[in-house]
Amino acid sequence: MWSVIHKMGSPPWFYRFAGVFLRWCLPLALAGLLVGALWGLFIAPPDFRQGNSYRIIFIHVPAAVVALAGYYLMAFAGLVSLVWKIKMADTAMRAVAPVGGALTFIALATGAIWGKPTWGAWWVWDARVTSMLILLFLYLGVIALFEAYENKAVAARACAVLALVGTVNIPIIYKSVDWWYSLHQPASIKFTGESAIDSSMLYPLLLNIGAFYLTFACVVVLNMRAALMNIHRQSAWLTQELTHP
Amino acid sequence: MAFDSFEAAWQMAGHGPYVWGAYALTFALLCYLVVSPVLQMRQIRRQIVAQWRRQGSTDLAVAESGDAKPAAANSPEASNAP
Amino acid sequence: MPSNRPTSRDLPGDNAWEGAPSSGALAYLGSQFNRHLRASLRRPGELLNPLVFFLMVVTLFPLGLGPAPEQLSAMAPGILWVVALLANLTVSGRLFVADFEDGSLEQMLLARHSLALTAMAEVMVHWLLSGVTLALVSPLFAAMLNLPSAGIPVLMVSLLLGSLCLSLIGAIAAALTVSLRRGGLLMSLLIIPLNVPILIFGVAAVSEAANGYNASAWLALLGAFACGGLVLAPLAIGAGLRISMDT
Repeated sequence: MWSVIHKMGSPPWFYRFAGVFLRWCLPLALAGLLVGALWGLFIAPPDFRQGNSYRIIFIHVPAAVVALAGYYLMAFAGLVSLVWKIKMADTAMRAVAPVGGALTFIALATGAIWGKPTWGAWWVWDARVTSMLILLFLYLGVIALFEAYENKAVAARACAVLALVGTVNIPIIYKSVDWWYSLHQPASIKFTGESAIDSSMLYPLLLNIGAFYLTFACVVVLNMRAALMNIHRQSAWLTQELTHP
Repeated sequence: MAFDSFEAAWQMAGHGPYVWGAYALTFALLCYLVVSPVLQMRQIRRQIVAQWRRQGSTDLAVAESGDAKPAAANSPEASNAP
Repeated sequence: MPSNRPTSRDLPGDNAWEGAPSSGALAYLGSQFNRHLRASLRRPGELLNPLVFFLMVVTLFPLGLGPAPEQLSAMAPGILWVVALLANLTVSGRLFVADFEDGSLEQMLLARHSLALTAMAEVMVHWLLSGVTLALVSPLFAAMLNLPSAGIPVLMVSLLLGSLCLSLIGAIAAALTVSLRRGGLLMSLLIIPLNVPILIFGVAAVSEAANGYNASAWLALLGAFACGGLVLAPLAIGAGLRISMDT
């Protein structure tokens, strides 16, 4: 167990591991996205109430799920970085933040596009939309704090504290936004997707969630590998890796 | 298949622009997320290899053997090395 | 202006600075509280800043929304709470700046008691002078916005509890950004998302009370948030200050 963690923390080992990981998982992730999109767009039956516009669910929900999980992953990396002072955890945290932010943005944008035919408005202050918007702000806060510091080692520790504070707060934010929404009793807008979902729609949804998770992992590893190359551009091991592959 | 023709799939009974727009936006962003670190890595790799060539000109034999590998041969510096 | 700011050496009660062997954590907290309170009370102008800000912004709403009393009274809980949040935002950014600039923070790091404890004394003074005073003056603003009188006691209690939460969260963000000298937008980006639950609980409490319902559940939530914040925020504030001093 400890030896694995120590290995993960070693840049040359991680660099090689990332190469192997990406060789297998990146094609798998892209294939998963492609199959999932084709299945969601063409094969899954239309919804009897929303018609074809519901097909956005196959990208909207996976993006939202992975975006939220990404914040927790970022906070976990921050905890590892603060407690064990493993530099690789800093790199991981830095690599997750923009990907998570982009996925949150995708979830918000696809939600807005979906809202237009379904609710008749691009933007509705629905509980989940509002929570996602706040999640986007939380991601932007971490990215902005990281960019504000010149010294990136200090920046990573500050972001770790912020991400942990955010993690403690996220369940409270979600619950409070839920209560806020129910308190204001919206008139007719009621979202009816969350009851039983038919397996002909569930399977492509699950496939897409898996593909989004895998793509997220690949992009994070890609970002980490790029960051490692940038940090260690003077290191002998990296020159060795690049010139004698 | 949920649609009879390609035309029907494109229109999606009036919801086409929304669905296709959402998918296009998502995949454009995902492509950007994948491509930008790849480009960044390629640039860093180019810089490192170029620097290694400048420093390691005495060590030409090693350089030649390095060039013989397909990964290094693909890089554009293979032609304009000093 | 670091020069005209009283430091620990100018003030009585600073013998606890290194922590006399007999003084416990509470006594130390008390002495630090006294020190900050005296230092802040020497600048009464800053004490008025959030209140003046509040008054100005509250004036803007009738000008923007129109003077109709019933419309203002329906919106009053939300307006009052949003402005309270913004008023807190304007002062939170300065929380540790003076201590950072005149080197007091370095000294606190060397003190026998934890940095978090020292910082908490400062946060409590900040809350007392910005949040508590705001809560005490808030009936005036409530009257300006025509808030039903049933809502006024709940407004005061909710602001009292809520501003403590706001100050704790603001202190975390201030601790993380104190060495950056840029505050402003960065502070609001860090603070506002974390303050969302407090705003929701506070507005819900006031509007329930203004409509004649029982608001105790929302006040209890605010109280719970404040208790949790009092336990957890010092950890984050201490860690943030330590990180800021590493630069």
